[in-house]
Amino acid sequence: MSSPLVARHSWFEATARSRVAGLLDAGSFQEILPPAESQPSPHLASLDLPGAFDDGVVIGCGQLSGKAVFVAAQEGQFMGGAVGEIHGAKIVGLLRRAALEKPAAVLFLVDSGGVRLHEANAGLIAISEIMRAVLDARAAGVPVLALVGGSCGAFGGMGIVAKLCSAIIISEEGRLALSGPEVIETVAGVEEFDSKDRALVWRVTGGKHRYLMGDCAVLVEDDIPAFRAGASEFLAKWQEPAPSVANLRVTQQILENRLAAYASYRDGLQVWAALGVAEPEAVPLLDRDSLVALKEGLPT
Amino acid sequence: METLDFRFDSAPVSRAADPALCGVVGSGNLEILVQSGDLPNACQVRIKTAARGFGDTWRAVLDAFATTHPAGGTRIAINDMGATPAVVTLRLAQALAEYQGGAQ
Repeated sequence: MSSPLVARHSWFEATARSRVAGLLDAGSFQEILPPAESQPSPHLASLDLPGAFDDGVVIGCGQLSGKAVFVAAQEGQFMGGAVGEIHGAKIVGLLRRAALEKPAAVLFLVDSGGVRLHEANAGLIAISEIMRAVLDARAAGVPVLALVGGSCGAFGGMGIVAKLCSAIIISEEGRLALSGPEVIETVAGVEEFDSKDRALVWRVTGGKHRYLMGDCAVLVEDDIPAFRAGASEFLAKWQEPAPSVANLRVTQQILENRLAAYASYRDGLQVWAALGVAEPEAVPLLDRDSLVALKEGLPT
Repeated sequence: METLDFRFDSAPVSRAADPALCGVVGSGNLEILVQSGDLPNACQVRIKTAARGFGDTWRAVLDAFATTHPAGGTRIAINDMGATPAVVTLRLAQALAEYQGGAQ
């Protein structure tokens, strides 16, 4: 990595609150429903489990490089960042307010395994409401930027939500997929996917793979200032496109082409070779800048 | 889960950031919310903990904290996911420092 360990403020290791504090302009964050005013989950209490005052998500308003933004940050350390009823309602409320007030962007700091299974249908409904609210905010012209680099990645329903956002900024440590590795192994067996093979997990779901595949717009170092710079630079040149069926058809065709080209492959290594990477086995060891240069040199 | 309520005598503390939050409800960790209370010479604590049967340990850790730190006039709410006494003591000191206006 290019910066020395001591000088880095790891996004992966940080709590949701310290990510927000380091991401926004210093002192600009104003929390909505702070811990003393919000309510821990009644569903967890009825299962005899301790809740968190903020139900695992921090929401509010602030500034990024002088522009007004809204922020939602999931806390991966609490219940795997999973979405329960209150957690989801806070995010939905923020996104709906964004559609009305039109800040420069909503920054969505995703760190979640998906639905909070303890809350069953309430969690599932919450995720679907988040999906609709993301699309409504975008339709109102407000970009929603997903920032993925936490220990829980973006999986399950939150993997879908991340892909519904305008764009994703990810670090090498970040992961993005639908079913998590353990889920796939449980359902389809260890021959299908060995979730204990961490290197394989990252070659299939990790930030570098997602960036090479074009699933994520920006790859940054695992560093809070790097996420800040990445988000700020991305938004400076981003114009939220008007939603159109034609664009959806183009995206659908790209996905179908991808499926046809790579569906039989078992590992990121095979996909990278097919993308034209000369030495796919070297990819996991490349630093961020080298990987970005590699992607820019790939045939399109 | 077990809910525990305690009250300790403690010297009054000056407050700058009210409320103050510290920690996360993760495995082996806890979150502590410090708010101003009604009794200037006492610290009221409510704990919700995933680990049952540790009331005596909580009492001992909190009593030592209220004796060695000025924590009077506060109401402390804790959500615990099995933090050890050492972690609890550290987080209490962090939360109180935050409440008094110091950085964590």
